[in-house]
Amino acid sequence: MLEPTLVAASETPTPTDPDAELLARLRCGDEDAFLELVDRYGPVMLRVALSYVRTQSVAEEVVQDAWIGVLQSLHRFEGRSSLRTWLLRILANRARTRGVREARCVPFSSLRRDDEDDAPAVPPERFQGPEGRFPGGWASFPTDWETLPEERLLAQETLTRVDDAIRRLPQRQQEVMVLRDVEGWSSEEVCEVLELSAGNQRVLLHRARSRVRESLEAYLERA
Amino acid sequence: MTCRELVELITDYFEGALDDDARDEFDAHLVICPGCVFYLEQMRTTIRFAHDVKALERRPEVVGLLEAFRDWSSAR
Repeated sequence: MLEPTLVAASETPTPTDPDAELLARLRCGDEDAFLELVDRYGPVMLRVALSYVRTQSVAEEVVQDAWIGVLQSLHRFEGRSSLRTWLLRILANRARTRGVREARCVPFSSLRRDDEDDAPAVPPERFQGPEGRFPGGWASFPTDWETLPEERLLAQETLTRVDDAIRRLPQRQQEVMVLRDVEGWSSEEVCEVLELSAGNQRVLLHRARSRVRESLEAYLERA
Repeated sequence: MTCRELVELITDYFEGALDDDARDEFDAHLVICPGCVFYLEQMRTTIRFAHDVKALERRPEVVGLLEAFRDWSSAR
């Protein structure tokens, strides 16, 4: 195998790309580098695919299909974006196509649509009305979660609830929250992958986090 | 800024997307409103949990990828 530095010289990806070394090895035909890449990004690809399609098996097919697409177009990858944003764009495109095809076969009402979710972060009845002492102020304060029993916040079940709540989010909200909060990607990367403006990305992220907080509250504060 | 308005601005606040005036108003509100402090902390906790969810991820079952890679590699 060639030294990565020798290969990378003429086709250096963005200097901040965390996968630069892997990419260089990949281009030399290094199998281990490919398997490492599949390992590193398989889980997030599956998760994003699952926001578009309905079953694990279809999502796995989408991921598989995306990897083939990655291999087919790797020679055209110029490193203008990071490798992982490029990977996720390929994945999202394929998942979208598959999701659209699937949607034709399922009843309209069962789809979770983002454009129908313009509900406020907190239901209006939790605030005082115009006749209240402080209109728009809390009717009663939210709970200080620090006062909850610690085992409730640490329980594995709580984490599972959060996971479920994220999976139930409308598609666009879900992929934004997965990439930003679960995976910890930057807003710039997420906007690039999903072709969103910074403002739209924040709106989707805010709705998503608010919905998940609401589910977590319902679970943590149940009697 | 009312509590009802503040809860809609939390993500912008976290993302540094509020202008200086709005940010000052937001901070001033938090000083006098324990309810919004609790709510803000709930949002922080939610984000922390979302990050921890990564540990639940599993790898997709993919087959034949190594073969596809070898084909790709030898065809170049």
